[in-house]
Amino acid sequence: MQKALVIDPVKCTGCKQCELACSYVKEGEFNPAKSRIRVFDFHQDARFVPYTCTQCAEAWCQRACPVDAITTNEWGVKEVHDGLCVGCKVCIIACPFGTVNYNASTGKVIKCDECGGDPACVKACPTDAIIYMDVEQAGFGKMRQWAAKTDTAAQATQ
Amino acid sequence: MHHVILGAGPAGVIAADTLRKHDAGAKITLMSAEDEPPYSRMAIPYFLSSQIDEEGTYLRQDHGHYKNQGIELLRARAGAVDANNQTIALEDGGEVQYDRLLIATGASPVHPRVEGLDLPGVHTCWTLEDARAILDRAHKGDDVVLMGAGFIGSIILEALVSRDVKLNVVEMGDRMVARMMDETAGGMLKRWCEEHGVAVLTGTRITQITRSKDRLDVALSSGKSLRAKLVVVAAGIAPNIGFLEGSGIKTRQGVKVDGFMRTSAPHVYAAGDVAQAKDLSTGEFSVLAIQPVAADHGRIAALNMAGHATPHAGSLNMNVLATIGLVSSSFGAWDGVEGGMSAATSDADAYRYLRLEFDGDRLAGAQGVGLTDHIGVARGLIGTRLRLGRWKDVLMKSPERLAEAYVACAQGIR
Ligand SMILES: Cc1cc2nc3c(=O)[nH]c(=O)nc-3n(C[C@H](O)[C@H](O)[C@H](O)COP(=O)(O)OP(=O)(O)OC[C@H]3O[C@@H](n4cnc5c(N)ncnc54)[C@H](O)[C@@H]3O)c2cc1C
Ligand code: SF4
Ligand code: SF4
Repeated sequence: MQKALVIDPVKCTGCKQCELACSYVKEGEFNPAKSRIRVFDFHQDARFVPYTCTQCAEAWCQRACPVDAITTNEWGVKEVHDGLCVGCKVCIIACPFGTVNYNASTGKVIKCDECGGDPACVKACPTDAIIYMDVEQAGFGKMRQWAAKTDTAAQATQ
Repeated sequence: MHHVILGAGPAGVIAADTLRKHDAGAKITLMSAEDEPPYSRMAIPYFLSSQIDEEGTYLRQDHGHYKNQGIELLRARAGAVDANNQTIALEDGGEVQYDRLLIATGASPVHPRVEGLDLPGVHTCWTLEDARAILDRAHKGDDVVLMGAGFIGSIILEALVSRDVKLNVVEMGDRMVARMMDETAGGMLKRWCEEHGVAVLTGTRITQITRSKDRLDVALSSGKSLRAKLVVVAAGIAPNIGFLEGSGIKTRQGVKVDGFMRTSAPHVYAAGDVAQAKDLSTGEFSVLAIQPVAADHGRIAALNMAGHATPHAGSLNMNVLATIGLVSSSFGAWDGVEGGMSAATSDADAYRYLRLEFDGDRLAGAQGVGLTDHIGVARGLIGTRLRLGRWKDVLMKSPERLAEAYVACAQGIR
């Protein structure tokens, strides 16, 4: 079964608890700069948009990796293996969503891995703006359709 | 159905995996001219810096991968292709019959006409074999000269620096990475190198290399000369198309393909560094010799070979580079498009720079130094041709708000 983070920006109040929870769980420090999820703050429009990897079916990051350091786990999640990653950053430029980032202190890249099936951001969000659910139920196709437009293959067949 | 793939680089391996996924019963042969398991050239610098061992450069980390996938690896060099009879003649004799053929033979480094490039101690840095030779000669304190500071040269630069050699870089162009970034960015990189003890001689040619006893003398156009134990040549590349002469398969800069990665011959496709395919930015057909493009080509060619008609809308030229820790990147028409507007922000002391190029209210190109956060959105914005609307005006004033602009436009916050 594939599960996914489903984000409803309208419910987000911009409290950034998700960023803090993510960086704490992943890096052991409260440092939004190292969070895998980021809340974009459009104060002018009073809108907040939590933003992270959509775990694309045909993941650009994974395909571009020269050393097989990104694999797909049983949940369909694309995971970076630090032991294999050489820090070349090709995945960073290949991901059209900009959701792989570089961690200068380790020389490796970081991206959302859904915390192995128990995402910290979901638990931290007080307004249910981020929920974790079955991909099929989630109407998740939207983001992927958008992703497909970016692809050099117009039909991202599986 | 017998799919034959010439070349076991990223384009070939991704094509083989994709074919297996979409054509379960087919026979797949993956041929490589090198005596190594399929590996990734671009991992070589990390092998040189001892971050990984040879195995770390392999394209598939699971040892049994090819066997499990029913992909037959064949160590052989193709000498000629007969597209009428659908056969490949191997260089050391023998013939292979194909139903579908993918040419993914990549490129090779070019050797400029400079006397002495064939001397022992002068190496290109393109194959694992090259890498072993370089490892043998580049030890702490050794004098090393690097010829060429283009994109690949600059990547090798980083690897050599990590080996603590005494490095001199000679580049005949007026700046580093001239085909990837502008003068401002190139200048920043050079200044950064010099600040970190690496001399970069731009506007300088190597005119001759001679050998006396165990050292090389590298004569420069400036009249000076450099001594070296090792000279590494990174002076450009050319697609491996020589063996296609007389095959009837049309080549120019590389193997010409159409919008479905098909060559001029029936049932023959091409992908990766060897292919002259559509460039998303220019709409023209050119060779884009980079890893992510090889990956995309390989997948699309394979889908078409398997009978799933999949158009190739064009690939985006993009590069990311670390130079003694300073990260730079460029995307698409980084040098601008005719009639387009441009915005830039820079902080020379902090080694930060960002320049955006627009085509109307769409992003056409980008280049940056010292930035890594969310830079992938540049690919997304250029690739989707997303209209920026009022966000273009925001970016004209504050280019660094690129990721914000992307998310906003995608979310309909306009
Ligand atoms: C040192 C270095 C650093 C690089 N860094 C980067 C980087 O940071 N980012 C980036 O995007 N790109 C980088 N590149 C470029 C990248 O490696 C190439 O774009 C990529 O390897 C192209 O893949 P390919 O499959 O088309 O060809 P290749 O990887 O070149 O594979 C070609 C294959 O064809 C085989 N072959 C050749 N001729 C024949 C024949 N006649 N018969 C049978 N087999 C044949 C070869 O043995 C090989 O297996 C780098 C390259 C080098 C050398
Ligand atoms: S390409 Fe980007 S969005 Fe898709 S799986 Fe990779 S990191 Fe996630
Ligand atoms: S940075 Fe790491 S995960 Fe990303 S492409 Fe390079 S090796 Fe693969």
